[in-house]
Amino acid sequence: MTDGRPNGPLGRILTPSRASALRTSRTTVASSLAAVAIALTICAILLAITGKNPIDAYSTIIETGTSSTKLLEMMRRATPLIFSATAVAIGFKMNIFNIGVEGQYLFAALIAAEVGSHLSLPALIHIPVILIVAMAAGAAWASIAAVLKVFKNVHEVISTIMLNYIALSVIQWLFENFFRDDSDGGLNVKTTLLPESARMPDLVAGRLNAMFIVALVTVAVFWVVVYRSRFGFRLRASGFNATAAATAGIDARRMTIIALLLSGAVAGLVAIQSVTGEAFAYGPNATPIQFGFAGITVALLGRNHPVGIVVAALLFGFLDSTSANLQLAAVPNSIVKVMQAIIVLTVVIVNEATIRRMNIRTAERARAELAAGGLA
Amino acid sequence: MSSTTIDQETSSVQRATLGRRQRLLLLGLTLLAVMSATRVWTGYDDLTSSGTIGAALRLTVPILLAGLAGLWAERVGILNIGIEGMMILGTWFGAFGAWKWGPWVGLVLAVLGGMLGGLIHAVATIKFNIDQVISGVVMNLLAFFGARYLSELLFVGQPQGGISQSPPQSSAIPRIDVPFLSGGQIGDWTSPDLFGWFEEKHWFLIGDLAGILKGLTSNLSLASLIAVMLVPLSAWVLWRTAFGLRLRSSGEAPEAAESLGVNVIRVRYIGLLISGGFAGLGGGFLSIVSSSYYRQGQTAGRGFIGLATMIFGNWRPSGVLGGAAVFGYSEGLKLVAGGSITGLFLFIALVSALVLILTMRATTVRRVVATTVVGTLATIAYFTVDEVPESLTQSLPYVVTLVVLATASQRLRPPAQAGVPYRPGGGH
Repeated sequence: MTDGRPNGPLGRILTPSRASALRTSRTTVASSLAAVAIALTICAILLAITGKNPIDAYSTIIETGTSSTKLLEMMRRATPLIFSATAVAIGFKMNIFNIGVEGQYLFAALIAAEVGSHLSLPALIHIPVILIVAMAAGAAWASIAAVLKVFKNVHEVISTIMLNYIALSVIQWLFENFFRDDSDGGLNVKTTLLPESARMPDLVAGRLNAMFIVALVTVAVFWVVVYRSRFGFRLRASGFNATAAATAGIDARRMTIIALLLSGAVAGLVAIQSVTGEAFAYGPNATPIQFGFAGITVALLGRNHPVGIVVAALLFGFLDSTSANLQLAAVPNSIVKVMQAIIVLTVVIVNEATIRRMNIRTAERARAELAAGGLA
Repeated sequence: MSSTTIDQETSSVQRATLGRRQRLLLLGLTLLAVMSATRVWTGYDDLTSSGTIGAALRLTVPILLAGLAGLWAERVGILNIGIEGMMILGTWFGAFGAWKWGPWVGLVLAVLGGMLGGLIHAVATIKFNIDQVISGVVMNLLAFFGARYLSELLFVGQPQGGISQSPPQSSAIPRIDVPFLSGGQIGDWTSPDLFGWFEEKHWFLIGDLAGILKGLTSNLSLASLIAVMLVPLSAWVLWRTAFGLRLRSSGEAPEAAESLGVNVIRVRYIGLLISGGFAGLGGGFLSIVSSSYYRQGQTAGRGFIGLATMIFGNWRPSGVLGGAAVFGYSEGLKLVAGGSITGLFLFIALVSALVLILTMRATTVRRVVATTVVGTLATIAYFTVDEVPESLTQSLPYVVTLVVLATASQRLRPPAQAGVPYRPGGGH
């Protein structure tokens, strides 16, 4: 316990020694960079095949993406990705694949916008209340999948996919029948606008609001809870080997429920940047969609690690922020999204190959040690 | 849902005297009679009209193909969450081919487009052994934005084309009416329309049967015919050939299959290529037969509905067909005569009552309670609900899937090793 590691075999596996952790993280970073390079090469080939000059496209991305306004936009675009990826990563830590972030955050956005617009509170309380309502709503939607998994053994991949579509229906029904603001004759396809006290303050006027800070805080809390708390240790142990964890007295079912609720709660914050800072309401055309799936890719790219998630979200935010300029350079901007998907695919593949090679090397080393011991 | 219950019940009562086929026939006739009674009672003739059934068939086909795509993949042991993406590739390549070279070339290209998706999924999951769900999720994103990228290159600037839409096709897959039965043409002579004549009479049971048969035999796209034929073909290949046995054994017990000389890796590649091809064909059907152009978002989650039908079709082709038909029918009814949909509540209520009566002697308290609750709710809904909100009916397939998974999962039997990565020589 000298270096703060928990005891026992599980502790050794989940919290490796400093030296081996350093070796692993160095390999991780190197293999990720290699994967991104491979992906960029594949995209260059795709661009060339389709008659576009890849060098032009890449130089446009780098030149326009690094201006200060674009860097602020990068952070703005990274914000929802950080929440979404953290939500997915919490699930992954417990070996749960939450594909349902999409439904959870849209449901939460609707509920938070509706509740927030009917309260009149001082700003210092109003904004936190909206955040809490959003987290509760996201967790509530995720709880359906949790209950189905724990009590009915329904796999979360299937249930969360189905719940995404059910969420879309429920949201549309609630919105059209109850929450839509008809006061201006139906022109406004939104919920009632939030009062001034509910609006997120800007960090840089009109470019970046304080949700970015909330996102960074969330990631920090995620790091502390998952990697430095007893609960996080139990969570990872249960996800790593449920049977072994159960013999150590960790209730896997309880961990499943908690993990899915936490994941849903963080997912609930994905669209709050838009709700409290940009549209000031929920609206089917105003609230951004597809961030649930983007979050999965960011979590994979960031290897479910807090630092990795922030870096990956910033990278994707950077690529997204350049898409308008790509259009000006006559390169279809959907290439940015294609590029992101290819990056993720290659990163996952390279990661898998690296892990396998490391396992083989570890086995060889062990064998060599055994052989040496046998000789002596 | 209710149909499976009935199947169970009638089967337990009649098992001694009837074979499986007769029992299915009896079940079908019973359900038809109940539907017919519902039609006569409510006056909603569209419940079994040829128009509704025709629309239902057109809406069933893409879901059916998506379900078969899932089945082929999982039977060889690979989860395919990427069906939606492979369908998107099918819609795009199908529309492109049909626009350039005509609808049949379009369908072929749709299949090839889907197979490209299947190949990527195969390389990622079989060669590189990455998580199958992850690969599927990435496939969906890749296909969506890939199609958008290609549209921007090839459709923008064309007449009526754009970043999210292809130019319309000038010709379509031929549609046929079967002569004598549904008034098809032979030369210039229009044959009698037997089913149509009976349908017009609206007699109990006969009128409904004629309406359904006419719906299936008139204005029938050859593409629908091909798609439906793929159900028995899949069943035959998978369960009646040596090749099919190898395919299924790769999904049930790959190590055992390998020890008997089956090349599991190759078999899995083949299964995923077929899976992608089916999904692509389903996409092509959407952009060539259901409409005459590609549109972004055209698949509208059908890949996932297909996945759902595969699950409660119990990973069997006939089950997939049944599930797809239920969803196709409810969508078709909504499309042709949205008001009639409340008639379905009465149908469910009547079926529940029938189940209660038929199984009075041999059943459990739990089942009686469940059936009564369903029947009562359906009755209340029939008398109180005037119009089912469109937004909620859309989610019907997904809700049904969750209910089936939560209540009947003991009866479902997925392939044992679906989703488990496999390495050759790992079994010792």
